[in-house]
Amino acid sequence: MTRDIALGYVPLVDAAPLIIADALGFAEEQGLRLVLHRAANWSMLRDMLDQGQVAAAQMLSVMLVARALGLGGGDVRLETPLVLSLGGQVVGVSSAVADGLDQLGHGFGFCDAADAAQAVAALGRPLRFGVPFAHSMHALLLGDWMKGLTEGLADLRTVAPPLMPEALAEGELDAFCVGEPWGSQAVVTARARLLLPGTSIHPASPEKVLALRAGWCEAEADLTGRLVRALSRAGEWLALPGNATTAAEVVTRPGRVDVAAERVERSLLGRIVTDDRGTEHVVAGFQTFGPSRLMRPTPEQAGWIAARLAFRFGLPRGWAESAAAGVFRADLYDRFLRPVAA
Amino acid sequence: MPASLRILLVESDPERAERVREALAEAGESDVVVFSGRRVLARDVAETMPDIVLVDIAHPSRDVLEELAQATRPMDRPVAMFVDRSDPATTRAAIEAGVSAYVVDGLRADRIRPILDAAVARFHLFQRVRSELAATKAALEERKVIDRAKGLVMKARGVSEEEAYALIRKTAMDQGKRVADVAQALVTAADLLR
Repeated sequence: MTRDIALGYVPLVDAAPLIIADALGFAEEQGLRLVLHRAANWSMLRDMLDQGQVAAAQMLSVMLVARALGLGGGDVRLETPLVLSLGGQVVGVSSAVADGLDQLGHGFGFCDAADAAQAVAALGRPLRFGVPFAHSMHALLLGDWMKGLTEGLADLRTVAPPLMPEALAEGELDAFCVGEPWGSQAVVTARARLLLPGTSIHPASPEKVLALRAGWCEAEADLTGRLVRALSRAGEWLALPGNATTAAEVVTRPGRVDVAAERVERSLLGRIVTDDRGTEHVVAGFQTFGPSRLMRPTPEQAGWIAARLAFRFGLPRGWAESAAAGVFRADLYDRFLRPVAA
Repeated sequence: MPASLRILLVESDPERAERVREALAEAGESDVVVFSGRRVLARDVAETMPDIVLVDIAHPSRDVLEELAQATRPMDRPVAMFVDRSDPATTRAAIEAGVSAYVVDGLRADRIRPILDAAVARFHLFQRVRSELAATKAALEERKVIDRAKGLVMKARGVSEEEAYALIRKTAMDQGKRVADVAQALVTAADLLR
């Protein structure tokens, strides 16, 4: 019997597994009909999941760990049986900052994080960085990247990704770390220049996960299993370069992710245009949706995130790591995917 | 009667902002500041020094408010704003209506509730009026298209208006489509062939 399941997502390239599973029949194969609810921001998505308007959601991996540490609103415990995407972020700077870096002789090679950090430090002034959410991989990546530089060189501010270009153009921000397609959008509309892919800071950062309310999976084991398998297969399909063009067309259908299909295709293929003269850099593994074995959520990933949140918010590290341990549930992944994994 | 609370209303739709402001005034709250931009900055909130922030849950800058409400450690809250979860039923009703509230720490639930209730009621009413308007407009558009399609069938097949309509309706039923969609297809095709 086909069952309906309500899922929440925020319109970004990495919502692709949900949209593809719905549109190309991966959900149907599992006897599921996905009812996709688009959220305008992360707080709204979180409220929808907390209040039960959706059963599961594509969520920032860091939000789940932050919740376990008592940071942020809401008190329902969240957990994940599946990582949906790795990487996919870009770091960029305003055209004014880019000119400064040019004068210092920075080559904009879009690969060497240490070299770029040194160049930014040599500017000798603090930069205001836009990030999509306080508890996000973007904020943690910036923290790691700037580590070793003089304290106080980066000031992080929350700006909604679609508003990042105008905040940059109007001088509210000097730089940003954001998920595609919004970095590329800033290049086109605000003359931003991209400095680094997220993968140059951390090669496989768990960016989005499938978030569930704790206990839901035990109560609805059959349904969770079908959902995890459907999304995992959609991710494997997305990981094949030959499918990028089709994927981009499906993901950008009206009502889903409203940007040009070409932007999404570039992100899927790691062919990133880094300035308004059209310079293209090819980044292997820029954004990863599969194969499935890479998408297993591990306690080590949760611990990595917890340690960084503890550092940023002044919490005891050991306590934070143990509080986060049960959030990334490898046991659920193994239960639902191991027996059928090729 | 306690002193009026300062309410910051973050709403990019000016019409809805006005309706909510009216509802708050009826509830006795006159100190309402409306912020109608899409991009909220920390200083916009700081300058207003609100007791309560009401925001459309789908507002593009809602995550900024979220950050302001939790910028500090969970143990101490010098910023003193937090997402109102004092009353689960009210919170749920608010989220369903599409409004979220941030309040200063220590503000009593009985002061928050009437304000949130007024805002929720107005959000619902506004949504309904808007849906009705959209539905009426769509129905009028559809009727125009169906009339044109009827005209085309009458002319092409020399039948009466009732017969033309019956034919369109039968086609729609056979194909499992809406009458309006069949009519639209007919009109589009006729325009192409003209």
